[in-house]
Amino acid sequence: MIPAHRSLPGRTKLALRGLRMTFPTEETEIRVLDDIDLDVGEGELVCILGPSGCGKSTLLNIVAGFLQPTAGSVRIDDEPVRGPDPRRIFVFQERGVFPWLTVEGNIGFGLGRMPRSERANRVAHYVRLVGLEGFEKAYPHELSGGMKQRVEVARALAVDPDMLYLDEPFGALDSITRLEMRRELLRIWQQEKKTILFVTHDIEESVQLADRVVVMTARPARIRRIVEIDLPHPRDLSSRRYLELRDGIFEEIGLAHKI
Amino acid sequence: MNDLELKAGRIPLSRFSRLLPLAGIASLLLLWDLAIRFGNAPLLPGPLAVARAIGELAQKGFLFKHVVASLFRVTWGYLLAVVAGVPFGILLAWYRRGGLALAPLVEIVRPISALAWIPLAILWFGVGDVSAVFIIFVASFLPTTVAAMSAVSSVSSTHWNAGRNFGLSAGQIALYVLLPAILPRLLVGLRLALGIAWLVVVAAEMIAVNSGLGFLIIDARNAGNRYDLVVAGMVLIGTIGLALDAAVRRIERLPALRWGYAAAAAEEAA
Repeated sequence: MIPAHRSLPGRTKLALRGLRMTFPTEETEIRVLDDIDLDVGEGELVCILGPSGCGKSTLLNIVAGFLQPTAGSVRIDDEPVRGPDPRRIFVFQERGVFPWLTVEGNIGFGLGRMPRSERANRVAHYVRLVGLEGFEKAYPHELSGGMKQRVEVARALAVDPDMLYLDEPFGALDSITRLEMRRELLRIWQQEKKTILFVTHDIEESVQLADRVVVMTARPARIRRIVEIDLPHPRDLSSRRYLELRDGIFEEIGLAHKI
Repeated sequence: MNDLELKAGRIPLSRFSRLLPLAGIASLLLLWDLAIRFGNAPLLPGPLAVARAIGELAQKGFLFKHVVASLFRVTWGYLLAVVAGVPFGILLAWYRRGGLALAPLVEIVRPISALAWIPLAILWFGVGDVSAVFIIFVASFLPTTVAAMSAVSSVSSTHWNAGRNFGLSAGQIALYVLLPAILPRLLVGLRLALGIAWLVVVAAEMIAVNSGLGFLIIDARNAGNRYDLVVAGMVLIGTIGLALDAAVRRIERLPALRWGYAAAAAEEAA
Protein backbone atom coordinates (compact mmCIF):
# COMPACT_ATOMS: atom_id res chain seq x y z
CA MET A 1 0.00 0.00 0.00
CA ILE A 2 2.75 2.38 0.95
CA PRO A 3 5.88 2.57 -1.09
CA ALA A 4 8.13 2.04 1.89
CA HIS A 5 11.40 2.69 0.14
CA ARG A 6 12.02 5.17 -2.56
CA SER A 7 14.36 4.44 -5.38
CA LEU A 8 16.94 7.06 -4.37
CA PRO A 9 20.14 5.92 -2.67
CA GLY A 10 20.48 5.74 1.09
CA ARG A 11 19.33 3.38 3.75
CA THR A 12 16.32 3.76 6.00
CA LYS A 13 16.91 6.44 8.60
CA LEU A 14 13.55 6.59 10.31
CA ALA A 15 10.93 3.86 10.59
CA LEU A 16 7.46 4.36 12.05
CA ARG A 17 5.35 1.28 12.65
CA GLY A 18 1.72 1.16 13.75
CA LEU A 19 1.96 4.56 15.40
CA ARG A 20 -1.17 5.56 17.27
CA MET A 21 -1.89 8.46 19.59
CA THR A 22 -4.95 9.21 21.72
CA PHE A 23 -5.41 12.05 24.17
CA PRO A 24 -7.74 11.43 27.11
CA THR A 25 -10.45 14.04 27.77
CA GLU A 26 -12.99 14.29 30.61
CA GLU A 27 -15.46 11.78 29.18
CA THR A 28 -13.85 10.06 26.27
CA GLU A 29 -10.59 10.14 24.38
CA ILE A 30 -9.60 11.80 21.17
CA ARG A 31 -7.78 9.74 18.61
CA VAL A 32 -5.22 11.95 16.91
CA LEU A 33 -3.04 9.53 14.99
CA ASP A 34 -4.06 6.19 13.62
CA ASP A 35 -1.86 3.44 12.31
CA ILE A 36 1.00 5.40 10.83
CA ASP A 37 3.62 3.40 8.95
CA LEU A 38 6.37 5.38 7.28
CA ASP A 39 9.99 4.91 6.26
CA VAL A 40 12.26 7.86 5.59
CA GLY A 41 15.57 7.33 3.83
CA GLU A 42 18.84 8.90 4.91
CA GLY A 43 19.28 12.36 3.43
CA GLU A 44 15.69 12.51 2.28
CA LEU A 45 13.48 15.60 2.60
CA VAL A 46 9.96 14.46 3.39
CA CYS A 47 7.02 16.81 3.79
CA ILE A 48 4.09 15.80 5.96
CA LEU A 49 1.10 17.60 4.54
CA GLY A 50 -2.29 17.86 6.17
CA PRO A 51 -5.05 20.24 7.22
CA SER A 52 -4.59 22.34 10.36
CA GLY A 53 -5.18 20.43 13.55
CA CYS A 54 -5.01 17.01 11.89
CA GLY A 55 -2.30 15.74 14.18
CA LYS A 56 0.77 16.18 12.02
CA SER A 57 2.47 18.30 14.69
CA THR A 58 1.72 15.58 17.22
CA LEU A 59 3.37 13.12 14.86
CA LEU A 60 6.49 15.27 14.67
CA ASN A 61 6.57 15.70 18.45
CA ILE A 62 6.43 11.93 18.89
CA VAL A 63 9.22 11.37 16.38
CA ALA A 64 11.29 14.01 18.22
CA GLY A 65 10.76 12.21 21.53
CA PHE A 66 8.79 15.01 23.24
CA LEU A 67 5.66 12.82 23.39
CA GLN A 68 5.17 9.11 24.01
CA PRO A 69 2.90 7.40 21.48
CA THR A 70 -0.06 5.39 22.75
CA ALA A 71 0.99 2.48 20.55
CA GLY A 72 3.51 1.67 17.87
CA SER A 73 7.22 2.25 17.52
CA VAL A 74 9.61 4.96 16.34
CA ARG A 75 13.04 3.72 15.34
CA ILE A 76 15.93 5.80 14.10
CA ASP A 77 19.04 4.06 12.81
CA ASP A 78 17.30 0.91 14.00
CA GLU A 79 17.21 2.09 17.61
CA PRO A 80 14.02 3.02 19.48
CA VAL A 81 13.58 6.72 20.23
CA ARG A 82 13.45 7.26 24.00
CA GLY A 83 13.44 11.04 24.23
CA PRO A 84 14.77 14.20 22.66
CA ASP A 85 18.31 13.89 21.36
CA PRO A 86 20.83 16.52 20.22
CA ARG A 87 21.48 14.48 17.08
CA ARG A 88 17.98 15.40 15.94
CA ILE A 89 16.92 18.98 16.37
CA PHE A 90 13.39 20.35 16.34
CA VAL A 91 12.93 23.77 14.77
CA PHE A 92 9.90 25.59 16.13
CA GLN A 93 8.26 28.48 14.26
CA GLU A 94 10.79 31.12 15.38
CA ARG A 95 9.24 30.90 18.89
CA GLY A 96 12.06 28.63 19.91
CA VAL A 97 14.81 31.26 19.91
CA PHE A 98 15.82 32.26 23.42
CA PRO A 99 14.94 35.95 23.78
CA TRP A 100 17.54 36.47 26.55
CA LEU A 101 20.43 35.45 24.31
CA THR A 102 21.97 37.33 21.41
CA VAL A 103 22.11 35.84 17.92
CA GLU A 104 25.55 34.47 18.77
CA GLY A 105 24.41 33.16 22.12
CA ASN A 106 21.47 31.38 20.53
CA ILE A 107 23.49 29.78 17.76
CA GLY A 108 26.13 28.61 20.23
CA PHE A 109 23.54 27.34 22.72
CA GLY A 110 24.04 23.66 21.98
CA LEU A 111 27.84 23.91 21.88
CA GLY A 112 28.43 24.11 25.64
CA ARG A 113 31.03 21.36 25.80
CA MET A 114 33.15 22.72 22.98
CA PRO A 115 36.39 24.68 23.59
CA ARG A 116 35.81 28.40 23.30
CA SER A 117 37.76 29.13 20.12
CA GLU A 118 36.24 26.20 18.24
CA ARG A 119 32.84 27.29 19.39
CA ALA A 120 33.40 30.85 18.16
CA ASN A 121 34.50 29.53 14.76
CA ARG A 122 31.49 27.35 14.41
CA VAL A 123 29.09 30.10 15.46
CA ALA A 124 30.69 32.44 12.92
CA HIS A 125 30.35 29.79 10.22
CA TYR A 126 26.63 29.35 10.80
CA VAL A 127 26.02 33.07 11.17
CA ARG A 128 27.44 33.36 7.66
CA LEU A 129 25.53 30.36 6.35
CA VAL A 130 22.18 31.90 7.23
CA GLY A 131 23.26 35.42 6.25
CA LEU A 132 23.14 37.15 9.62
CA GLU A 133 26.57 38.83 9.52
CA GLY A 134 26.45 42.11 11.40
CA PHE A 135 23.66 40.92 13.70
CA GLU A 136 25.79 38.72 15.96
CA LYS A 137 25.22 40.91 19.00
CA ALA A 138 21.54 41.65 18.33
CA TYR A 139 18.80 40.32 20.57
CA PRO A 140 15.85 38.46 18.99
CA HIS A 141 13.35 41.23 19.76
CA GLU A 142 15.43 43.47 17.50
CA LEU A 143 15.08 41.05 14.56
CA SER A 144 12.35 40.41 12.01
CA GLY A 145 10.42 37.15 11.93
CA GLY A 146 12.48 35.79 9.06
CA MET A 147 15.75 36.60 10.81
CA LYS A 148 14.59 34.89 13.99
CA GLN A 149 13.74 31.85 11.92
CA ARG A 150 17.27 31.88 10.48
CA VAL A 151 18.68 32.01 14.00
CA GLU A 152 16.73 28.91 14.90
CA VAL A 153 17.83 27.03 11.82
CA ALA A 154 21.45 28.05 12.45
CA ARG A 155 21.23 27.00 16.10
CA ALA A 156 19.94 23.61 14.99
CA LEU A 157 22.61 23.13 12.31
CA ALA A 158 25.44 24.25 14.62
CA VAL A 159 25.28 21.04 16.66
CA ASP A 160 25.62 19.10 13.40
CA PRO A 161 22.55 16.88 13.80
CA ASP A 162 21.74 14.12 11.29
CA MET A 163 18.07 15.03 11.29
CA LEU A 164 16.03 18.21 11.36
CA TYR A 165 12.37 18.37 12.32
CA LEU A 166 10.63 21.46 11.07
CA ASP A 167 7.13 22.22 12.29
CA GLU A 168 5.54 24.70 9.88
CA PRO A 169 8.71 26.73 10.23
CA PHE A 170 7.78 29.43 7.75
CA GLY A 171 4.08 29.62 8.60
CA ALA A 172 4.33 32.97 10.36
CA LEU A 173 6.38 34.70 7.65
CA ASP A 174 5.16 36.89 4.81
CA SER A 175 4.98 35.22 1.41
CA ILE A 176 8.13 36.79 -0.01
CA THR A 177 10.26 35.90 2.98
CA ARG A 178 8.74 32.43 2.95
CA LEU A 179 9.90 31.82 -0.62
CA GLU A 180 13.37 33.04 0.24
CA MET A 181 13.55 30.81 3.30
CA ARG A 182 12.51 27.77 1.24
CA ARG A 183 15.29 28.46 -1.23
CA GLU A 184 17.78 28.74 1.61
CA LEU A 185 16.56 25.60 3.28
CA LEU A 186 17.09 23.69 0.03
CA ARG A 187 20.55 25.17 -0.37
CA ILE A 188 21.49 24.21 3.19
CA TRP A 189 19.96 20.77 2.82
CA GLN A 190 22.00 20.07 -0.30
CA GLN A 191 25.14 21.42 1.33
CA GLU A 192 24.80 19.72 4.72
CA LYS A 193 23.06 16.49 3.69
CA LYS A 194 20.60 16.20 6.55
CA THR A 195 17.49 14.07 6.71
CA ILE A 196 14.61 16.50 7.01
CA LEU A 197 11.05 15.98 8.19
CA PHE A 198 9.01 19.03 7.31
CA VAL A 199 5.44 19.52 8.52
CA THR A 200 3.27 21.92 6.55
CA HIS A 201 -0.32 22.62 5.55
CA ASP A 202 0.81 24.38 2.38
CA ILE A 203 0.50 22.22 -0.74
CA GLU A 204 2.72 24.42 -2.88
CA GLU A 205 5.39 24.47 -0.21
CA SER A 206 5.44 20.68 0.00
CA VAL A 207 5.75 20.23 -3.76
CA GLN A 208 8.52 22.83 -3.97
CA LEU A 209 10.62 21.25 -1.23
CA ALA A 210 10.06 17.55 -0.84
CA ASP A 211 11.43 14.34 -2.32
CA ARG A 212 8.18 12.82 -1.16
CA VAL A 213 4.98 14.34 0.18
CA VAL A 214 3.08 12.36 2.79
CA VAL A 215 -0.55 13.44 2.46
CA MET A 216 -2.49 13.03 5.71
CA THR A 217 -6.24 12.75 6.29
CA ALA A 218 -8.19 14.91 8.75
CA ARG A 219 -8.37 13.71 12.35
CA PRO A 220 -7.61 11.03 13.24
CA ALA A 221 -4.67 11.47 10.90
CA ARG A 222 -3.83 8.56 8.68
CA ILE A 223 -1.54 8.47 5.69
CA ARG A 224 -3.78 9.02 2.69
CA ARG A 225 -1.15 8.80 0.01
CA ILE A 226 2.55 9.31 -0.53
CA VAL A 227 3.44 11.37 -3.58
CA GLU A 228 6.91 11.14 -5.02
CA ILE A 229 8.08 14.49 -6.39
CA ASP A 230 10.31 13.45 -9.26
CA LEU A 231 11.52 16.96 -10.10
CA PRO A 232 15.16 18.02 -9.99
CA HIS A 233 16.22 21.10 -8.04
CA PRO A 234 15.98 24.01 -8.74
CA ARG A 235 12.34 23.41 -9.52
CA ASP A 236 10.52 25.29 -12.21
CA LEU A 237 7.24 26.34 -10.65
CA SER A 238 5.52 26.73 -14.00
CA SER A 239 6.65 23.43 -15.52
CA ARG A 240 3.93 21.00 -16.53
CA ARG A 241 5.11 18.27 -14.20
CA TYR A 242 5.14 20.64 -11.20
CA LEU A 243 1.59 21.76 -11.90
CA GLU A 244 0.50 18.20 -12.47
CA LEU A 245 1.86 17.05 -9.11
CA ARG A 246 0.47 20.06 -7.32
CA ASP A 247 -2.99 19.71 -8.81
CA GLY A 248 -2.91 15.99 -8.14
CA ILE A 249 -2.53 16.71 -4.44
CA PHE A 250 -5.19 19.42 -4.53
CA GLU A 251 -7.54 16.85 -6.02
CA GLU A 252 -6.46 14.18 -3.57
CA ILE A 253 -7.44 16.43 -0.67
CA GLY A 254 -10.67 17.27 -2.45
CA LEU A 255 -10.06 20.93 -3.05
CA ALA A 256 -11.25 22.54 -6.23
CA HIS A 257 -8.28 24.47 -7.53
CA LYS A 258 -10.31 27.57 -8.14
CA ILE A 259 -11.36 30.56 -6.11
CA MET B 1 11.03 54.35 23.19
CA ASN B 2 9.29 56.50 20.63
CA ASP B 3 8.66 53.39 18.62
CA LEU B 4 6.84 51.77 21.52
CA GLU B 5 4.76 54.84 22.12
CA LEU B 6 3.76 54.94 18.49
CA LYS B 7 2.80 51.30 18.64
CA ALA B 8 0.56 52.03 21.59
CA GLY B 9 -1.19 54.58 19.41
CA ARG B 10 -0.21 57.50 21.59
CA ILE B 11 1.21 60.78 20.44
CA PRO B 12 4.79 61.14 21.69
CA LEU B 13 5.11 63.80 24.37
CA SER B 14 7.39 66.79 23.96
CA ARG B 15 10.73 67.15 25.69
CA PHE B 16 9.26 69.42 28.34
CA SER B 17 7.09 66.58 29.57
CA ARG B 18 10.07 65.37 31.58
CA LEU B 19 9.67 68.43 33.78
CA LEU B 20 6.08 67.54 34.64
CA PRO B 21 6.92 65.44 37.75
CA LEU B 22 8.99 68.36 39.09
CA ALA B 23 6.12 70.74 38.39
CA GLY B 24 3.78 68.40 40.26
CA ILE B 25 6.01 68.31 43.31
CA ALA B 26 6.55 72.06 43.23
CA SER B 27 2.83 72.82 43.15
CA LEU B 28 2.16 70.37 45.97
CA LEU B 29 4.81 72.09 48.11
CA LEU B 30 3.32 75.46 47.29
CA LEU B 31 -0.22 74.37 48.22
CA TRP B 32 1.08 72.82 51.41
CA ASP B 33 2.90 76.02 52.35
CA LEU B 34 -0.15 78.18 51.64
CA ALA B 35 -2.42 75.87 53.63
CA ILE B 36 -0.15 76.05 56.66
CA ARG B 37 0.27 79.86 56.39
CA PHE B 38 -3.43 80.64 56.10
CA GLY B 39 -4.92 77.65 57.86
CA ASN B 40 -5.32 77.20 61.58
CA ALA B 41 -3.31 74.16 62.58
CA PRO B 42 -0.66 75.23 65.06
CA LEU B 43 1.05 71.83 65.37
CA LEU B 44 1.37 71.03 61.66
CA PRO B 45 4.70 71.97 60.07
CA GLY B 46 5.06 73.59 56.63
CA PRO B 47 7.51 72.39 54.00
CA LEU B 48 10.19 74.80 55.17
CA ALA B 49 9.94 73.57 58.75
CA VAL B 50 10.26 70.00 57.50
CA ALA B 51 13.30 70.91 55.42
CA ARG B 52 14.83 72.55 58.50
CA ALA B 53 14.05 69.41 60.53
CA ILE B 54 15.85 67.24 57.96
CA GLY B 55 18.76 69.66 58.12
CA GLU B 56 18.79 69.42 61.89
CA LEU B 57 18.83 65.61 61.73
CA ALA B 58 21.68 65.68 59.26
CA GLN B 59 23.65 68.11 61.40
CA LYS B 60 23.35 66.01 64.55
CA GLY B 61 24.24 62.85 62.63
CA PHE B 62 20.84 61.28 63.28
CA LEU B 63 19.81 61.28 59.64
CA PHE B 64 22.54 58.88 58.59
CA LYS B 65 22.01 56.72 61.66
CA HIS B 66 18.26 56.31 61.17
CA VAL B 67 18.42 55.78 57.44
CA VAL B 68 21.16 53.17 57.76
CA ALA B 69 19.31 51.40 60.57
CA SER B 70 16.11 51.17 58.53
CA LEU B 71 17.93 50.08 55.37
CA PHE B 72 19.82 47.49 57.40
CA ARG B 73 16.61 45.89 58.70
CA VAL B 74 14.85 46.02 55.36
CA THR B 75 17.89 44.56 53.61
CA TRP B 76 18.03 41.60 55.97
CA GLY B 77 14.31 40.93 56.07
CA TYR B 78 13.97 41.31 52.33
CA LEU B 79 17.06 39.30 51.39
CA LEU B 80 15.94 36.44 53.61
CA ALA B 81 12.53 36.59 51.95
CA VAL B 82 14.09 36.47 48.48
CA VAL B 83 16.51 33.67 49.38
CA ALA B 84 13.67 31.59 50.82
CA GLY B 85 10.76 32.70 48.64
CA VAL B 86 12.26 32.44 45.15
CA PRO B 87 13.39 28.79 45.41
CA PHE B 88 10.14 27.97 47.26
CA GLY B 89 8.03 29.54 44.51
CA ILE B 90 10.07 27.83 41.77
CA LEU B 91 9.64 24.45 43.47
CA LEU B 92 5.89 24.98 43.92
CA ALA B 93 5.53 25.76 40.22
CA TRP B 94 7.89 23.00 39.12
CA TYR B 95 6.28 20.21 41.17
CA ARG B 96 2.69 20.88 40.30
CA ARG B 97 1.34 18.47 42.92
CA GLY B 98 3.20 20.26 45.68
CA GLY B 99 1.88 23.52 44.28
CA LEU B 100 -1.71 22.25 44.33
CA ALA B 101 -1.30 21.06 47.92
CA LEU B 102 0.18 24.31 49.19
CA ALA B 103 -1.60 26.93 47.07
CA PRO B 104 -4.64 27.26 49.40
CA LEU B 105 -2.32 27.69 52.36
CA VAL B 106 -0.45 30.46 50.58
CA GLU B 107 -3.74 32.19 49.78
CA ILE B 108 -4.92 31.94 53.40
CA VAL B 109 -1.74 33.37 54.88
CA ARG B 110 -1.34 36.07 52.23
CA PRO B 111 -4.17 38.42 53.31
CA ILE B 112 -2.97 38.42 56.94
CA SER B 113 -1.23 41.74 57.40
CA ALA B 114 2.36 41.52 58.53
CA LEU B 115 1.38 43.73 61.46
CA ALA B 116 -0.75 40.90 62.85
CA TRP B 117 2.48 38.98 63.36
CA ILE B 118 3.92 41.58 65.76
CA PRO B 119 2.71 39.88 68.99
CA LEU B 120 4.05 36.51 67.81
CA ALA B 121 7.30 38.12 66.70
CA ILE B 122 7.78 39.58 70.18
CA LEU B 123 6.88 36.25 71.75
CA TRP B 124 9.44 34.39 69.62
CA PHE B 125 12.24 36.88 69.24
CA GLY B 126 11.68 39.43 71.99
CA VAL B 127 11.74 43.15 71.35
CA GLY B 128 14.56 44.30 69.11
CA ASP B 129 16.14 44.00 65.72
CA VAL B 130 15.33 40.35 65.13
CA SER B 131 11.61 40.96 65.53
CA ALA B 132 11.73 43.93 63.18
CA VAL B 133 13.62 41.89 60.57
CA PHE B 134 11.12 39.08 61.02
CA ILE B 135 8.15 41.37 60.37
CA ILE B 136 9.76 42.64 57.17
CA PHE B 137 10.54 39.05 56.16
CA VAL B 138 6.94 37.99 56.74
CA ALA B 139 5.62 40.92 54.73
CA SER B 140 7.79 40.21 51.67
CA PHE B 141 8.10 36.41 51.73
CA LEU B 142 4.77 35.47 50.15
CA PRO B 143 4.80 38.21 47.49
CA THR B 144 8.24 36.89 46.53
CA THR B 145 7.00 33.30 46.44
CA VAL B 146 3.98 34.17 44.34
CA ALA B 147 6.14 36.23 41.96
CA ALA B 148 8.47 33.26 41.42
CA MET B 149 5.53 30.88 40.92
CA SER B 150 3.85 33.00 38.29
CA ALA B 151 7.16 33.67 36.56
CA VAL B 152 7.85 29.93 36.23
CA SER B 153 4.39 29.10 34.95
CA SER B 154 4.79 31.74 32.24
CA VAL B 155 7.84 30.02 30.72
CA SER B 156 6.87 28.78 27.25
CA SER B 157 6.91 25.02 26.71
CA THR B 158 8.77 25.63 23.47
CA HIS B 159 11.77 26.89 25.43
CA TRP B 160 11.66 23.88 27.75
CA ASN B 161 11.59 21.54 24.79
CA ALA B 162 14.36 23.39 23.00
CA GLY B 163 16.50 23.05 26.13
CA ARG B 164 15.79 19.33 26.39
CA ASN B 165 16.44 18.87 22.69
CA PHE B 166 20.02 20.11 22.99
CA GLY B 167 20.76 17.43 25.57
CA LEU B 168 20.88 19.58 28.70
CA SER B 169 20.57 17.98 32.13
CA ALA B 170 17.86 19.12 34.54
CA GLY B 171 20.37 21.30 36.36
CA GLN B 172 21.59 22.88 33.12
CA ILE B 173 18.01 23.53 32.00
CA ALA B 174 17.35 25.26 35.32
CA LEU B 175 20.47 27.38 34.92
CA TYR B 176 20.41 28.17 31.19
CA VAL B 177 16.69 28.14 30.38
CA LEU B 178 14.53 28.47 33.48
CA LEU B 179 16.50 31.17 35.26
CA PRO B 180 16.96 33.58 32.35
CA ALA B 181 13.40 32.92 31.19
CA ILE B 182 11.83 33.91 34.52
CA LEU B 183 14.19 36.77 35.35
CA PRO B 184 12.31 39.72 33.78
CA ARG B 185 8.98 38.77 35.31
CA LEU B 186 10.59 37.78 38.58
CA LEU B 187 12.31 41.15 38.88
CA VAL B 188 8.99 42.95 38.53
CA GLY B 189 7.61 40.81 41.36
CA LEU B 190 10.72 41.37 43.46
CA ARG B 191 10.45 45.11 42.95
CA LEU B 192 6.87 45.06 44.25
CA ALA B 193 7.96 42.91 47.20
CA LEU B 194 10.74 45.38 47.99
CA GLY B 195 8.12 48.13 48.03
CA ILE B 196 6.10 46.13 50.55
CA ALA B 197 9.17 45.44 52.69
CA TRP B 198 9.94 49.15 52.82
CA LEU B 199 6.28 49.90 53.50
CA VAL B 200 6.22 47.93 56.75
CA VAL B 201 9.51 49.31 58.07
CA VAL B 202 7.68 51.90 60.19
CA ALA B 203 5.46 49.29 61.82
CA ALA B 204 8.40 46.93 62.32
CA GLU B 205 10.40 49.66 64.01
CA MET B 206 7.56 50.40 66.40
CA ILE B 207 8.65 47.31 68.29
CA ALA B 208 10.81 49.18 70.78
CA VAL B 209 13.92 49.46 68.72
CA ASN B 210 15.75 52.72 69.26
CA SER B 211 16.79 53.66 65.77
CA GLY B 212 15.39 53.78 62.26
CA LEU B 213 12.98 56.06 60.46
CA GLY B 214 9.98 54.33 62.00
CA PHE B 215 11.43 54.87 65.45
CA LEU B 216 12.15 58.50 64.56
CA ILE B 217 8.49 59.10 63.73
CA ILE B 218 7.13 57.49 66.90
CA ASP B 219 9.82 59.00 69.08
CA ALA B 220 9.40 62.52 67.71
CA ARG B 221 5.74 62.46 68.61
CA ASN B 222 6.19 60.86 72.04
CA ALA B 223 9.08 63.08 73.05
CA GLY B 224 7.61 66.51 72.62
CA ASN B 225 5.21 66.57 69.69
CA ARG B 226 7.92 67.39 67.16
CA TYR B 227 5.63 67.07 64.17
CA ASP B 228 8.24 68.62 61.91
CA LEU B 229 10.43 65.58 62.64
CA VAL B 230 7.45 63.24 62.11
CA VAL B 231 6.83 64.62 58.64
CA ALA B 232 10.58 64.68 57.95
CA GLY B 233 10.61 60.94 58.66
CA MET B 234 7.68 60.44 56.28
CA VAL B 235 9.35 62.43 53.53
CA LEU B 236 12.58 60.46 53.96
CA ILE B 237 10.75 57.13 53.77
CA GLY B 238 8.96 58.20 50.61
CA THR B 239 12.13 59.46 48.95
CA ILE B 240 14.16 56.36 49.78
CA GLY B 241 11.30 54.15 48.56
CA LEU B 242 11.37 55.99 45.27
CA ALA B 243 15.15 55.54 44.99
CA LEU B 244 14.92 51.79 45.73
CA ASP B 245 12.24 51.39 43.08
CA ALA B 246 14.28 53.31 40.53
CA ALA B 247 17.35 51.19 41.27
CA VAL B 248 15.51 47.92 40.58
CA ARG B 249 13.91 49.40 37.47
CA ARG B 250 17.42 50.08 36.18
CA ILE B 251 18.26 46.39 36.58
CA GLU B 252 15.10 45.47 34.70
CA ARG B 253 16.36 47.37 31.68
CA LEU B 254 19.71 45.59 31.33
CA PRO B 255 20.24 44.38 27.74
CA ALA B 256 19.83 40.68 28.57
CA LEU B 257 16.55 41.46 30.35
CA ARG B 258 15.14 44.07 28.02
CA TRP B 259 13.35 41.42 25.97
CA GLY B 260 10.92 40.93 28.84
CA TYR B 261 10.29 44.65 28.94
CA ALA B 262 9.88 44.78 25.16
CA ALA B 263 7.54 41.78 25.21
CA ALA B 264 5.43 43.34 27.95
CA ALA B 265 5.24 46.62 26.04
CA ALA B 266 4.21 44.77 22.87
CA GLU B 267 1.53 42.94 24.85
CA GLU B 268 0.24 46.21 26.21
CA ALA B 269 0.19 47.74 22.75
CA ALA B 270 -1.70 44.80 21.24
